[in-house]
Amino acid sequence: MFDAVQESALRDAVPIDIAPNDPLVAYLESAPGAVELAALDLESPALAELRASGITLVVPLVSNGELIGLLHVGRRRSDQDYSADDRRLLETLAAQAAPAVRVGQLVREQQIEIQARGRLEQELAVAQLIQQNFLPKELPQLAGWQVAAYYGPARTVGGDFYDFIELPDGRYGLVVGDVTDKGIPAAMVMAATRSVLRASAQRLQQPGVVLARVNDSLCPDIPENMFVTCFYGVLDPATGHLRYANAGHNLPLVRSGSESSELRATGMPLGLMPGMNYEECETTIAPDATVLLYSDGLVEAHDPEREMFGTARAVEVLAADHEAEPLIGDLLGALEQFGAGHQEQEDDITLVVIQRREAGPSSALADFKLDSAPGNEREAMRRVGAALESSGLTPARLERLQTAVAEATMNAMEHGNGYAADRPVRVIVAATELEAVVQIVDHGGDHEIRAAATPDIEAKLAGLQSPRGWGLFLIEKMVDRVDQHTAGSLHTVELAMRLKGGDDATDDA
Amino acid sequence: MQPTTLEATARAVADGAVIELRGEIDGLARDALTGAYDAAAGPGSLLLDFSQVDYINSTGIALIVGLLARARSDQRPVSARGLTEHYREIFEITRLSDFMTILAG
Repeated sequence: MFDAVQESALRDAVPIDIAPNDPLVAYLESAPGAVELAALDLESPALAELRASGITLVVPLVSNGELIGLLHVGRRRSDQDYSADDRRLLETLAAQAAPAVRVGQLVREQQIEIQARGRLEQELAVAQLIQQNFLPKELPQLAGWQVAAYYGPARTVGGDFYDFIELPDGRYGLVVGDVTDKGIPAAMVMAATRSVLRASAQRLQQPGVVLARVNDSLCPDIPENMFVTCFYGVLDPATGHLRYANAGHNLPLVRSGSESSELRATGMPLGLMPGMNYEECETTIAPDATVLLYSDGLVEAHDPEREMFGTARAVEVLAADHEAEPLIGDLLGALEQFGAGHQEQEDDITLVVIQRREAGPSSALADFKLDSAPGNEREAMRRVGAALESSGLTPARLERLQTAVAEATMNAMEHGNGYAADRPVRVIVAATELEAVVQIVDHGGDHEIRAAATPDIEAKLAGLQSPRGWGLFLIEKMVDRVDQHTAGSLHTVELAMRLKGGDDATDDA
Repeated sequence: MQPTTLEATARAVADGAVIELRGEIDGLARDALTGAYDAAAGPGSLLLDFSQVDYINSTGIALIVGLLARARSDQRPVSARGLTEHYREIFEITRLSDFMTILAG
């Protein structure tokens, strides 16, 4: 009987796909056993195909009431119809084969699924590897600054990144960015962005120009529908001066005194269109001010009611005036409490905190207060001199710094504090690797800071200009750097002398 | 802190007068400087001796400018000696040295 099966047909068997909505399926599902195709009258593409390939009889393979396949035979060699015995035998065979075929199918489905999931997991693992390989291994050690960073990948790994780039003259590039996609392609774009940015930052000074350059080099190769948001700032740790540009990234938050603000600068995300310009802005980070750079994973996290965490909540946490490292913990804690922790993290979360520390007693070489009384500037000179005696400043340069300290202290006592008995002047002396720094703090924070006019001695001798007005002029001439800033009611003048490359031979007046 | 003090004594010399300065030239030195200039009245040049001066601040510079202005209207040439390197530099920065002769030592 089995010779009835055409060997050639078996050899040449081509799988026949039967669409789930083919009427043949419904018919066979309810068929009691073997079915002669010739007897069927159905508008069925599958039936036509079966007939065309020479099949005359099919027996449904049913497992748990589900049609899982067909046992089919062609014409008998004798060209006679199949007998009732033949059909019974085929039906028995089909009934026994069906569960085994089903098991085989399940095993195969599972294998395919495992393979697919394995590929996905593997891709995620590779993406994560690329991602984390390109994040900084350690945080920069900046004298007078606290730096902390956090990167929390979502399970599917978004394209967040951050970077600290050491630049000439002790400046630092600060980068936070986000590639709008996930997986390996996003990780590759992130890696490319990072390396172009690093290279451009070394060659180009202005952050806006750097972003424009990165944009132009990303544009030709970036996959369609992918772009990169990125904030790039250049920080001078010695002065707190920050020059920055932004390619559509979340605006960094600054907390200074009791005020919060955003570092605004406009620019298109990277990789959308070549030839873009990026607005460049600048600010000075005051002592004790905190800057938070972050990704949308923070502010766009949702609670179970789909409400967003938002910037306002981030500002609230920032306002509690934490140290850099605990601030990250508190932000994540606030996020958890907000309810985002109850569900899977939606997107990568990147947090970078930089905090300028007022040189406290721990790191300062001297930190003292002087009553606002005429003549007390001499005490400031003396104590600054003692504190910096072994700092490496040459005696001549130390003397210049002391003269500037005396002048700034006089200004602080007179103009800042109005010689008020209850308003002392605070003097803080510190040394970084690069500079000796003296900060003179008074209570004149609400006063306008005047620019030093160049005194004209001829006008003074001719009685056309007051003989006075030498203070600020002298200060600026005596030291390598003067910075002024206010935080609330406090006004600080910062005087700095470089410790290297400023020997007496180059002391030109 | 002790109030800062300046002692300024004038004495006549062959071609004019020498004002010897001792102490600190700041805001409190006004009377001493004016008094010494008055005491050194007379024709001829004026030599300011800074060798015993250890501090000059911006207010002190203003007083020296005032003294220079008086000498100028009195048509008395002014010179200075005994300035430390540091104050010599400050006299140059402020251009005081353009209006008085700075003598070494």
